[in-house]
Amino acid sequence: MKALTANRLIDGEVVWLGRSGTWVETLAGAWLLETPEAVAEAEAAGAEAEAARLIVEPYLIDLTREDGEIQPVRFREKIRAKGPTVRLDLGKQARREVSAA
Amino acid sequence: MYRYDEFDAHFVSARVDQFRDQVQRRLAGDLTEDQFKPLRLMNGVYLQLHAYMLRIAIPYGTLNARQMRRLAHVARTYDRGYGHFTTRQNIQFNWPRLKDIPDILSQLAEVEMHAIQTSGNCIRNVTADHFSGAAADEILDPRPYAEILRQWSSLHPEFSYLPRKFKIAVTGAPHDRAAVQVHDIGLQAVRDADGNVGFRVFVGGGLGRTPMVGRLVREFLPEADLLAYSEAILRVYNRYGRRDNKYKARIKILVHETGLEELKADIEAEFAEIRDGVLTLPASEIERITAYFAPPAFDVAVGDEAVLEAAIAADPQLEAFAARNVHPHRAPGYASLTISLKPIGKAPGDATAEQMEVVADLAERYGHDEIRVSHEQNLVLPHVRRRDIPAIHAALAEAGLAEANAGLVTDIIACPGLDYCALATARSIPVAQRISERFASPERQREIGDLKIKISGCINACGHHHVGHIGILGVEKKGEEYYQITLGGSADENTSVGEIIGRGFSYDEVVDAIEKVVDTYVGLRETPQEDFLAAYRRVGDQPFKEALYGTA
Repeated sequence: MKALTANRLIDGEVVWLGRSGTWVETLAGAWLLETPEAVAEAEAAGAEAEAARLIVEPYLIDLTREDGEIQPVRFREKIRAKGPTVRLDLGKQARREVSAA
Repeated sequence: MYRYDEFDAHFVSARVDQFRDQVQRRLAGDLTEDQFKPLRLMNGVYLQLHAYMLRIAIPYGTLNARQMRRLAHVARTYDRGYGHFTTRQNIQFNWPRLKDIPDILSQLAEVEMHAIQTSGNCIRNVTADHFSGAAADEILDPRPYAEILRQWSSLHPEFSYLPRKFKIAVTGAPHDRAAVQVHDIGLQAVRDADGNVGFRVFVGGGLGRTPMVGRLVREFLPEADLLAYSEAILRVYNRYGRRDNKYKARIKILVHETGLEELKADIEAEFAEIRDGVLTLPASEIERITAYFAPPAFDVAVGDEAVLEAAIAADPQLEAFAARNVHPHRAPGYASLTISLKPIGKAPGDATAEQMEVVADLAERYGHDEIRVSHEQNLVLPHVRRRDIPAIHAALAEAGLAEANAGLVTDIIACPGLDYCALATARSIPVAQRISERFASPERQREIGDLKIKISGCINACGHHHVGHIGILGVEKKGEEYYQITLGGSADENTSVGEIIGRGFSYDEVVDAIEKVVDTYVGLRETPQEDFLAAYRRVGDQPFKEALYGTA
């Protein structure tokens, strides 16, 4: 299982290609790519979004399901999905706490 | 300190306009990322894990209160309320938006700051001893020469596309606090028997994946030849340095592959071509630049020492602070003061906007408006009256900046690591934090004494781990963070590269391992004055291996 990720051009925000073809700011909204066809379609969408100056340097990441939750396989991607492990008040992890409050 | 003339001001402001235009063209689609990337890097803009990162140059680590306040303003307005002081005496902001960066640079230009030479394959921001112009042991203030090198190297047309980045460091003291021997060019200012100023010149030092100690190529380079000789070195490097492999492109590899004697001959031949030409430094120009760095009018009053001593006697925390963070100054009644950016358990080198403002206020009120950034990621007030130290200490304590740990086991250098950096393979900051917490007891730190721990989150070695007395290198192994320990490194006048002690440790194990190394040292040193390096050089790695891995 994979997802396509990138940074948004205008502000650098970490984004993933969402199910509806938009770029979303949380991994939970990412389009989970489970077939070669889906991967190819996502990559084409990535190239298009890059050309349209929405995002920079899209790439595929591996995902896994841990305790029912979708997680990146690589630690680097886990940190990208959440924020710095040393500053829980920053990055996406902080936003999630705010919205949950 | 140096002040911009009309050319500098125009140059920096034109550069901001140019970058504003480049950003607009990128956002409008007139530039692709491939076209834009080298342009943004030339302006200090990286794309990191979570966001863009802006690295701002602090030439030879010197800034004034107004500039520090502007950095605080940038932190608060455009970033997340803090900045990170780096191992090259610069500052990084971790969260700026690309669209805001031209405005940030414009605001910085108003206070004579910019982000030029903080990235790319050019001559980078020149670094220097953070106690320049203040240290009691200094032979010569290196800042005028660092400034002359800055002016010569800024957007030098011939050296804007070098094989790889190029770093120059200058010191003016026999005790090297600028790590000159691990720079592409290291300069140590000296005087000859007749009092003439010159430089010992080291070439080919560097860290990264292939650490090397710089080689002495000139015992005494007359100051007038500083630029011509530097240009000769750069020309030889630019011509022969490898461009086929970025990992073999630094001048240290050229020195290694060519051989010192042949390379020296190449440099001398190039130097012979250009010496006594336009690059010869006129004495009048050296004097003109030196005048910018004239020492402040030191106000020597009697009784200063008694004031400080009385305050120390009444305040154990001040006593600890004075013992570690106060350094001898060349002027009687004065001291240089280290403001530790390593409070126990905090990220090394980070300062909040509020803390930056406190430091700016203190510099203005007590420190002749001068602040330094050290490559050890601390701040320095280079010129304070000793009688003012109690008041400064009190203000620092209120701001959480009075940690009395300069040069101790918790004064750890750490790169941003995998928490921020796109190149990192493991985290650095939380390892530093956990070590800091483990050794938090002030008594224990004092008992251990001087000790330099340096942590890098990848092989590029921004955390200078090779030259830590204890170095830690984070790598990724089978998807897990793993930490290699090196021992015996040093970046002073007796520079050495640390040696890997054995197999690495997991994230969970590494702090215990460091504690074992430290305890082993304390147990085997002959006297409390025998520092870690001296002990390690005396006994070798065996006792440490046994402590870490057992005798089997």
